[in-house]
Formats: sequence, C-alpha cells, structure tokens
Amino acid sequence: MRAAGAADAAGPDGSFGDIRLDVCDLEIRIGQSGADVVSEISLAVAVGEVLGLVGESGSGKTTVALALLGHARRGLSITSGQVRLDGVDLLALPPAELRAARGSRVAYVPQDPSAALNPTLRVGTQVAEALRVHPGVVADPAARALEVMREARLDATPDLLRRYPHQLSGGQQQRVALAMAFCCRPSLIVLDEPTTGLDVSTQRHVLDTVRSLCRSYGVAAVYVSHDLAVVSGLVSQVAVMYAGRIVEIGPTDKVFADPVHPYTRRLLAAVPSPDRAEILTGIDGQPPRPGRRGTGCSFAPRCDFAIDQCRLAPPEPVTIDARAVRCIRAAEIRAQPVQRPALMRVQAEAGQTAALSLRSVSARYGRRGVLSAIDLDVRPESCLAVVGESGSGKTTLARCIVGLHTNWTGEITFDGARLQAGIRGRSKDTLRRVQYIFQNPYASLNPRKTVGQIVAQPLDELLGLSFSQRSERAARALADVSLSADMLNRYPDQLSGGERQRVAIARALVVEPDLLICDEVTSALDVSVQAVIIEQLRRLQRERHLTMVFITHNLALVRSIADTAVVLRDGSLVESGPVDQVLEHPKHPYTAGLIKDVPALTRTVGE
Amino acid sequence: MAVAAPSVPGTSASEAIRMARHPWLSAAWAAARTPRGAVGLSLAGAVVLIAVIGPFVAPQSPDALLTLTFAKPSGQFPLGSDFLGRDVMSRVLDGGWALLLMAALATAFGIVAGAAAGISAAYLRGRSDGLIMRTVDVILAFPQLVFALLLVSVLGPRLWLIVLAVGLSHAPQVARVIRSATLDISERDYVKVAELQGMRPRKIMTSEILPNLVSPLTVEAGLRLTYSIIIMAGLSFLGFGQQPPAANWGLMINENRVGLPLNPWAVIVPVALIALLTIGTNTFTDAFARVAIGIDRRPEESALIDELMPGVPR
Repeated sequence: MRAAGAADAAGPDGSFGDIRLDVCDLEIRIGQSGADVVSEISLAVAVGEVLGLVGESGSGKTTVALALLGHARRGLSITSGQVRLDGVDLLALPPAELRAARGSRVAYVPQDPSAALNPTLRVGTQVAEALRVHPGVVADPAARALEVMREARLDATPDLLRRYPHQLSGGQQQRVALAMAFCCRPSLIVLDEPTTGLDVSTQRHVLDTVRSLCRSYGVAAVYVSHDLAVVSGLVSQVAVMYAGRIVEIGPTDKVFADPVHPYTRRLLAAVPSPDRAEILTGIDGQPPRPGRRGTGCSFAPRCDFAIDQCRLAPPEPVTIDARAVRCIRAAEIRAQPVQRPALMRVQAEAGQTAALSLRSVSARYGRRGVLSAIDLDVRPESCLAVVGESGSGKTTLARCIVGLHTNWTGEITFDGARLQAGIRGRSKDTLRRVQYIFQNPYASLNPRKTVGQIVAQPLDELLGLSFSQRSERAARALADVSLSADMLNRYPDQLSGGERQRVAIARALVVEPDLLICDEVTSALDVSVQAVIIEQLRRLQRERHLTMVFITHNLALVRSIADTAVVLRDGSLVESGPVDQVLEHPKHPYTAGLIKDVPALTRTVGE
Repeated sequence: MAVAAPSVPGTSASEAIRMARHPWLSAAWAAARTPRGAVGLSLAGAVVLIAVIGPFVAPQSPDALLTLTFAKPSGQFPLGSDFLGRDVMSRVLDGGWALLLMAALATAFGIVAGAAAGISAAYLRGRSDGLIMRTVDVILAFPQLVFALLLVSVLGPRLWLIVLAVGLSHAPQVARVIRSATLDISERDYVKVAELQGMRPRKIMTSEILPNLVSPLTVEAGLRLTYSIIIMAGLSFLGFGQQPPAANWGLMINENRVGLPLNPWAVIVPVALIALLTIGTNTFTDAFARVAIGIDRRPEESALIDELMPGVPR
C-alpha cells in the first residue's frame, strides 16, 4: 500500500528522485515461519519529509521502525520486503555493509536517551564517538561535532562537553542523542518516541529541533509515536498502524481532519483537547496479538461499522482522497460525518466549604525543599487538577496528603479533621476514606497475588471483613470498572496496562473512600486506554460523590475531568481557579507558556 | 508469560498460568530443560539417589570387619576394603545420607535465619538495619569453616550443633544478598499500597515482600547447599562430624588416605561423589539463576514483549 502523498512527491516526470526511503511489502514474522508480527508494510518518505508512524502499544510500530535499520528484535525475523534507501535495499546488504550504513546513512534516536547514552563517556566524547566509528564520512570530525551540537541547539561550551550524561537534563540528553544521530549527515533518521519522557515545553523544543534539522539536512525521517497530538504538528504524512498493518496512510492534515478508517476515527476521538471540555471515548478491548488475528479485518471485533463481510478476508487498501485505507466500507464510512466528542456538561458552582484544604504546606526531601507554602481547597464532590512539570512537586503534594511523605509542615484538613503527617498517626477509618492510585500500574500491583487477592486486601486490612464478604465485594468492585469476574483469578502479568490500572482503581474504590488522589494515573497508558480510564473515573466520581485530586502533567486532560485546577512550579502554586478560567485566561505567564506548548491535534475540517 | 529459558520453545496457556502462580517451580522446570540445568540436575540427582537408596541395597554391613585391611577390589568387595577391612562399597552406599541430610538442614536453617535478618534489616531500616547488619559483619569476619570449628570445639561435636553452626555461618551471606534484593522491592509501589492500607510491618514482610524474593532465595539455597556439603564433608574429614565407626564420606577420606597406594578406591569414590554432588548442585543453581533473572527483571518490559511476541523464547 503506497501513500498517495508519496506518489505526489515523485514529481511530474514520474521519477522517484525525491524519494529517500521506499519500503515495500515488509513482513516480519516470529521465527522464520511463525505468525506475522507486521505485514504488507509499504510506505515512502521524500527528502526533507517526516512520516509519522502512530498506533497503540503492540501495534508493531517499533518493530517496523527497527526494520528500517535492517534490525529485527530477538526471536523475530524479516521474512520479506525491501527497505530501499536512495535506491539501495538495506535488507539485501551484507552484514558488514549494513553495519557501516547504520549510524552513517540511517540513524536511530531511541525513546529513552538516558538509557541509550553511555553513562561513563563525557558528552563531547560521546558525539565524537559516533563520528569516529564512521571515518571518512565528514572531513573534520572535531569541528563537525561542535557544529552538529549547535544545530541540535545545545550550547557546546567546553563545560557541557566535559559533562557526563547524568549531569544533563532530560531535554539536553535527548538533544545529545539527536546530535549523535545527525552528525554523520544520514539520509534517513528513525525517531522512536523521542519526547515521551519529556515535559511539554522541553518536548516542544525538541520537536522544533527535529523539524528544523530534517528540513535543513533534507533527510527523510520516520517519527514513531503513540501521541497523535505530537505527530500532528510535526509530520507531513501519517501512517496509522493497527495489529501489524498500516490501516490508513496519507497526508497528515487530511487524515487528522477527516479520518476514514474506523480505527483512526476512534483513536482521534480518544485524544483529549486542551480547548474544549469533551467527553472522551476510548476503544474498549485490545488489539489482537500476532497469531490470533483471525481471517478478516483485525479491527472488526472492536469496530462499530463491522459487517459480516469484514470477517471474511483481510481488507485490501483502497485509495480515497489522497490516502490509502484498509477498510472495505471506507467509501460509505467517509460519507458519514466524523463524530466529534460530545461536550461535557459543566457543573454548576457549589458554594460549599472545602472538603480538603491545605494551609501553608511545605515539604522537604532531606534538606531540599520541594513544596513551599501551598494553600489549596477542594470542594466536596469536585475534582481538582494539580498540573505541573516533572520536578514541580506535584507527586510530593499527593504523597503528603495520603501520608506517604512525612517530612512536611503546615496543616492538611480533610472533612474538618486534621490529618497527621504519617500513616502511623492516622486511624484505619482515615486510611480508608483517603485512597491513592499510583502512576504506574505495572509497579503498584504485587505480581505474586491474584487480582482477587489484590482487590480484597484493603477490605481485610481496613474493614476486617470476612472472606465471603470480601470476595463478593471484590467482584462487585471489578464490575464497577468493567472488568469481568473471571479476572479474579488472574495474575497482574496476565493483564494489559489498562486492565491493571482498572484493578488499581477497583482496589481504591472497594473500601468506599471519600477522597481519591490520582497520581498521573494514565501517563503509562495508550491514548485510547487513557480515554476509557478517564471516563470511568469521571463516572465513578459522580456516582460515588467522591472528592478527587487529579495530578497530571497533561494540560489537555484537565478539561476532561476536573472542575478546578492549580498549577505548580518548582514547589509553589502559580495559578489556581476554575478549569475554564485557568486554561482560557491564565493569569501567570508560566501557565500561559505551558498551555502554548501543549501539542494540540489540528482538526481543521468540520469545525 | 513466556518461559524465560533460552532454549525453551513457545509455551502453552496452562503453562503460562502455572508460570504466574509458581514462578520458582516453573523456573526450576525451565532450568531443568536447559543443557546446563539438565547436566547439573542429573549429576546431583544420581549422587542423591545413591545416598538415599544406598543403605537399603548395601551388600554387606558397613561396620562388619570382613577381610584384610586395604584389600584390592574383588568379586565379593567391588571397591575393596578400608583400613579396618570393612567393605568400601557398603560404606559408600551407607555413608551419604547423613551427610546430605545434615547439609540440607544446615542450608534450610541458614536460609531462614539469613532471609529473616536480611528482610528485616532492609525493610525496617534505621536502627534494626544497623544492629542486624553489624552482627552479620562480625560473623562474616570469620571464615565459614573456622567459625563452625570454633563453635564445635567449644561446645563439643554434637550433630545438631554442627548443623546449627554451619547454618549460622551461612546466614550472613544470605542476609547480605536478601537485604539488597529487599531494598529494591520495598521501594515498589505495591509495598506502599500495603502501607497505606495500614498493614503491619511483619505482614508486609511476609505477604508482600517474601513472595517476590523466592527466586533469589532459591538461587541462594542452591549455592548454600553446595557450600554446606563441602563444609560438612570437611568437618567430618577433620573429625568433628559423625564419629567412627559411622560410615561417612568425609570421614572415609580421612580414615583411608594412608592406604591410598594399596586401595585408592576407598578414597577416590567418596571424593568423586562429593565432587559430583557439589558440581551438580552448583551447575543446576547456575542454570536456575539464569532463568530466574529473565523472569524477575522488568516485568513491564516482558509484558510488553509478550504482547508483541507471545511465546517467543527470550
């Protein structure tokens, strides 16, 4: 399946001189003849162009990205297809030549720069190393190293060059990785979610750097991401992957403004918007794994438009409006308007007194102060969003409230009663009423316990219920988060990330708390799963009359869940107020800057 | 999840469930199927088999004086006789189980004591940590064999005391390993969750932390078992273990070494059995450790890889 956009790039005379990367029918299988992990991947990227490869985790996007460097992960093998870079098939190269091409002609920027940079090499040495292993690519390696670091917007002072990676910030580390990737002037650069771990403002700067580097070097770039908003502002072409195939590929503005494939539509509806308070609709269920994809369209089991015919054979791509779509009903579906997410009903202001209030709360880690004189109030049954970048102290704030962080001064009152600093000073009833959901569902569930044991545990510890009462209530709590009762006997490593986080929510809600603290609960999840979780939390908050504190770095999410918001910066509150006011008329320049840096989905058509 | 053994092909669903439920059992099973593990297990298994069924199949009484001293192997006495003219074959068959049993008991005691000390030190931190670990350092300052000899020579060569002494000499090493593993686990979020539920520290240590330590504990147990066998045999050799006329591999080496030129089998066979046993347990433990590391490391990563490539060996 070739994108129509690529054909445009071929030029009027039909030559493919502009095409840098041409991937043809790539197929990767488990072992030599096992199930296909990705198949029928065809795409083309022109000089200076960035192609976005998007999809949920498990869609095979990283597998494709690595194949562009001629690499297959352990246990996988590239069974057919070509990856032609400037006309040369990388997959047909002998190992020595392929090795020479990697780094010099194809470069890779990994997701986590702190893991990819050698911690024992100074930054200057590290960049020079990339040039040293490819001698003869540039004339003057030393000068080139400095030049490329400047281009990556790193201030290449002697001091910086002498530092070790751990002495740099996340953004700087990613710039070093970018400099290393660009230093040999490659033809193709593969970026694997390089901004995932970064703050919005850093992310924006890194994205700007990527964009300008690609443009000025005329390299073709493939940008892998699960974040549609990030991709929409950066790439000219986008390929949406689902279950190992490209389901829709075409120019970014067309795909995002007027998506055709049902999966693309659902994916876009799950992206929270910083501008409108929308009800997010996620995609329930999971993408099928390799080997269990059935005969027909892989998306059919989750698709609203699926008909019997969809399940018969995998759909062939059809070309519609400059893009290729793998859906037999593409034309019909396109005629139907894209369902915009419904707007949320804004709750009326209630003039009640605060359920939770903090007065001049300051917290320290050892000698370092992380929070200074925080005052805030949360009205009963409302949701407060605490927004801040990493290091702003937002998690410490949450941990002070629940009692995990004890080194703080000031006063925290909940429902009129003062909360003690540590867990030991709090009664079982207080512990029950204040529940905390952790950020990472992969770490917050004990891998040696079943879901049933995990959810029932607080009933035993906090309420002392009998075994039969516990199991009944645990099953009910699972049902509340739309998990079936047969999950009770499963272990956490048999669950997906979204299911794990739902188990964590069930565990918090099973004791019927009054205050729920959610600490970045969706940051480890896919956008489609995030939407499901957010909607569930919102529904449960209303139904259970919960007071909620929702901690996030994602400003776009705030609208979808919170009533009021506060912005934290370096341990102090810089802004607080109703969500609409904070997002639309920020008083503090820091807030305004944050809002500006939030990558927004460009949905122009149909507005 | 997929079995982490490098040479194990794709796993079935039931196996996946078993893996989650009894990770150490599955790891042991997976380890047994690696070449290294298979070699280790069959070596150790063969020696254990000899020690366990030996007393029932021994052709002669191990204590009966039957022939000349240091007689060469013959039809009636396949391994010849020892320094008192007893049948070496029967003594070899009879002399393993006590050694093995004592080594196993000492290992169990050392693991339990060491794990209790290590987990408490790491989880409780503060003063408990200092107190426990400094005590451990003091014990650690004595070489294991010397420490055991010291206790035995002060209190007399009683068998239960030897078991206790050897076990106690293992505890510091176990405590060190388990402490560092616990330090990692006690920072995990699920431990914080239990704390937020007001769970008592002792229950957190036994129900949240301990189940996640099974793999390092199993590796430690295998390693300590190897050392226990060596120390037990060594103590017997030095005359501090079982006393004559008991048949004991360590004791036999000492008793018969003067007759090495006359009937070398009376020494070589016990030496070989002890060597094979320790090599076997150590090799299998090594195989288990390799498998277990793959299971315990980065559960989120392996889950993701599973999503991408179910059943792929890694």
